[in-house]
Amino acid sequence: MKVLVCISKTPDTTAKITFTDNNTKFAEAGVQFIINPYDEWYALVRAIQLKEADASLQIHLINVGAADNDTVIRKALALGGEEAIRVNAVSDDSFYIAAQIAEVAKQNNYDLILTGKETIDYNGSSIGGMLAELLGMPYVSLATRFELSGTTATITREIDGGEEVNEVQLPLVVSCQKGVAEQRIPNMKGIMGARTKPLKVLEPAAAEHLTAIVSFELPPPKAGVKLVSADNPEELVRLLHEEAKLF
Amino acid sequence: MSVLIFLDQADGHIKKNSFEAACYGAKVAELTGTTAEGIVFGNVNDDLAALGNYGLKKIHAIKNPELNNLDAEVFTKIIADTAEQTGAGIIVFSNNMNGKSIAPRLSARMKAGLVSGAISLPDLSNGFVVKKNVFSGKAFANVSIKTDKKIISLNANAYKVTKVEGSAEVVEHTVTIPAIKVKVTAVNKVIGEVPLSEADLVISGGRGLKSGENWHLITDLAKELGAATACSRAVADADWRPHHEHVGQTGLTISPNMYFAVGISGAIQHLAGVNRSKVIVVINTDPEAPFFKAADYGIVGDAFVVMPKIIEAVKKLKASGHV
Ligand SMILES: Cc1cc2nc3c(=O)[nH]c(=O)nc-3n(C[C@H](O)[C@H](O)[C@H](O)COP(=O)(O)OP(=O)(O)OC[C@H]3O[C@@H](n4cnc5c(N)ncnc54)[C@H](O)[C@@H]3O)c2cc1C
Ligand SMILES: Nc1ncnc2c1ncn2[C@@H]1O[C@H](COP(=O)(O)O)[C@@H](O)[C@H]1O
Repeated sequence: MKVLVCISKTPDTTAKITFTDNNTKFAEAGVQFIINPYDEWYALVRAIQLKEADASLQIHLINVGAADNDTVIRKALALGGEEAIRVNAVSDDSFYIAAQIAEVAKQNNYDLILTGKETIDYNGSSIGGMLAELLGMPYVSLATRFELSGTTATITREIDGGEEVNEVQLPLVVSCQKGVAEQRIPNMKGIMGARTKPLKVLEPAAAEHLTAIVSFELPPPKAGVKLVSADNPEELVRLLHEEAKLF
Repeated sequence: MSVLIFLDQADGHIKKNSFEAACYGAKVAELTGTTAEGIVFGNVNDDLAALGNYGLKKIHAIKNPELNNLDAEVFTKIIADTAEQTGAGIIVFSNNMNGKSIAPRLSARMKAGLVSGAISLPDLSNGFVVKKNVFSGKAFANVSIKTDKKIISLNANAYKVTKVEGSAEVVEHTVTIPAIKVKVTAVNKVIGEVPLSEADLVISGGRGLKSGENWHLITDLAKELGAATACSRAVADADWRPHHEHVGQTGLTISPNMYFAVGISGAIQHLAGVNRSKVIVVINTDPEAPFFKAADYGIVGDAFVVMPKIIEAVKKLKASGHV
C-alpha cells in the first residue's frame, strides 16, 4: 500500500497579511511559514497512523514549490513519511499544481492520496478534486473520519447541516479536516531522522495555467464598534433591528 | 455561450445557497449577453418552473434516482456533457460542501479556470476577473480566468437574492450513468435546525459561558430569530457543544449576515472562520477582548445579565409584529 500526502506551505495562522509590488505579491518579510495545518494535523498524521497499523505501508510526501519550501518539507518528514518529492515550480494556479501532482502520482501508482481541506492562504479547496479528476479516481471531500479495511475506505464527510458516511474502494483521493486525526508534535528522533530522508526534486511537467492572480486587496478598515451600555441591552436589539435591519 | 448553474438539493428541496447562485448566474448571463439555465439532480419536490423567478430560463432535471446522493465523479461527467450539449461557457456553483467536491473536478475535466469562494460579479473591463476571499478572510484576490470556459463557485451570502417575474422551461433527462463508486451508507443531519453553513443569522458562544448547561442563553435567542448556533473551538473541545458547531481556522468557515458572539475572546484563529460575516456583534465582560476590534456592535457586559434581557427584547419585538 502506497500513500501520497500533499503538503503545502502557508504563513502562520497569526501572520500579518500585507502585500508588496503594487499589491501583486504577499509580503513574506518577517513572516513565519508553517505546514498548512490541514495537511499536517489531519492528512499527514492519519497517514502515519495507518502506517503504525500496517508497517508495510509506504508514505510519500509531495510539495509543488521552490527550494525555500524544503525547510517545511523536512518538518513534515520529521513527523513521518519515508520520502518527499518536491516539484520545482512556483504557481498560484490550482490546476497547474494539481497537474504536477497528478504527473508524479501516475508514475508511482498510489493507492491513496490525502490532501488538506484547503490551504489557509489561497483557500481554494480545489486541488484534491482536480487531482482526482486528472487521475480518474473517486474523490471524497472534507472528511472528518477516515477508516481503512483492506482496500475499502469508510469515510465520514461533512455535508450541509451534518455528515454522511461513504464507502469507497481504493484508489481514492480524500481531503481531510478536523476529526480525521489529532495534532502531533515531532519527537527528537523524528527531527534527526528527517535530515537524512530522501527529498527528491523533480522538474515540472508541461501544464496549463487556467487562472492568474491579478492583484490583492485588504478589506476596508472597520468603522469601529458601536458600543451599547450593559444597562440597556434593549438598545442593541433596537439597533440590530432598525439600523442594521438584520431581523 | 449560456451560463449553467448547478442547483444543489437535499431531501428533495433546492438549497438556499443555490438560489443565490441562480441569481448570480442570471446576472452574469445578463452581463455577458446570454441566458442562464439550471441543472439539478435526483428527485426534487420543488416546483422547478418557479426557478424562473430567480432569472433562469431553462432547467435541466436529471431524474435518475441514484443521483439523490453525491458522487462527484458522476456529477462532473453529467454536468460537463450538459454544458457541451447546451453550449454553456460559464458554470456557476455555490461554494458549499457539494460545490467544493464537484467544481474542481469539472475545472480539471473541462480545462476551465475555476475561481472558488467568489464574492463579486466578474469584472469584464479587462478580461474576466473575479474577486475571492484569500488568507482565511484577511484579504481578497482578484483572479483572472484565462480560459474560454469558466467556472465560478460563489460564497454563501455573497450575492443577494432578488426575485423577478418568469417561469423556466423544465427539460427532464434520464441519462446513462457510469458506475457509482461512492456508496452512501448513512446520513446524519440535524433535522429542523438551520444548517450553520447556510444560515443568515448565527448566534455563537465561547468559554465565557462557563458550561454547556448555560447554552439556553444561545439557543433561546437562536430560536427566537430562526438563527443557527455555533461555538468556539475551546467549547467544542470541552464537549459543551458538538464539533460540527465549531467555527474558525480549523472548523467551519461561515459568512452570515450577522455573527453574534457571546463570551468569545476573538482569537485570530476564531476570527478566520467568521470575519467574512457582514455584521459582527460581541458580548464580552472584557473591554480589551480582541473581538471588539472586529465587531460592528457590542456590549461590554456579563452574558448572564445581558443575554436574558436581549432575549426578552427580541420576544417583545416579535410580539409587536415587527419581526
Ligand atoms: C493553530 C490553531 C488553530 C485554532 N483554531 C481555532 C478555531 O478554528 N476556532 C476557534 O474558536 N479557536 C481556534 N483556536 C483556539 C483559539 O486560539 C482560542 O484559544 C479559542 O478560540 C478560545 O475560545 P474562547 O474565546 O471560547 O475562550 P477564551 O479565550 O477563554 O475566552 C473567553 C472569553 O469570554 C469572556 N467572558 C468571560 N466571562 C464572561 C461573561 N460572564 N460574559 C461575557 N463574556 C465573558 C472573557 O473575557 C474571554 O474574552 C486555534 C488555535 C490554534 C493555535
Ligand atoms: N503547492 C502545493 N504542493 C502540494 N500540495 C498542495 C499545494 N497546494 C495545495 N496542496 C494540497 O491541496 C490542498 C488544497 O489546497 P487548495 O486547493 O489550494 O485549497 C492542500 O491542503 C494541500 O494538501
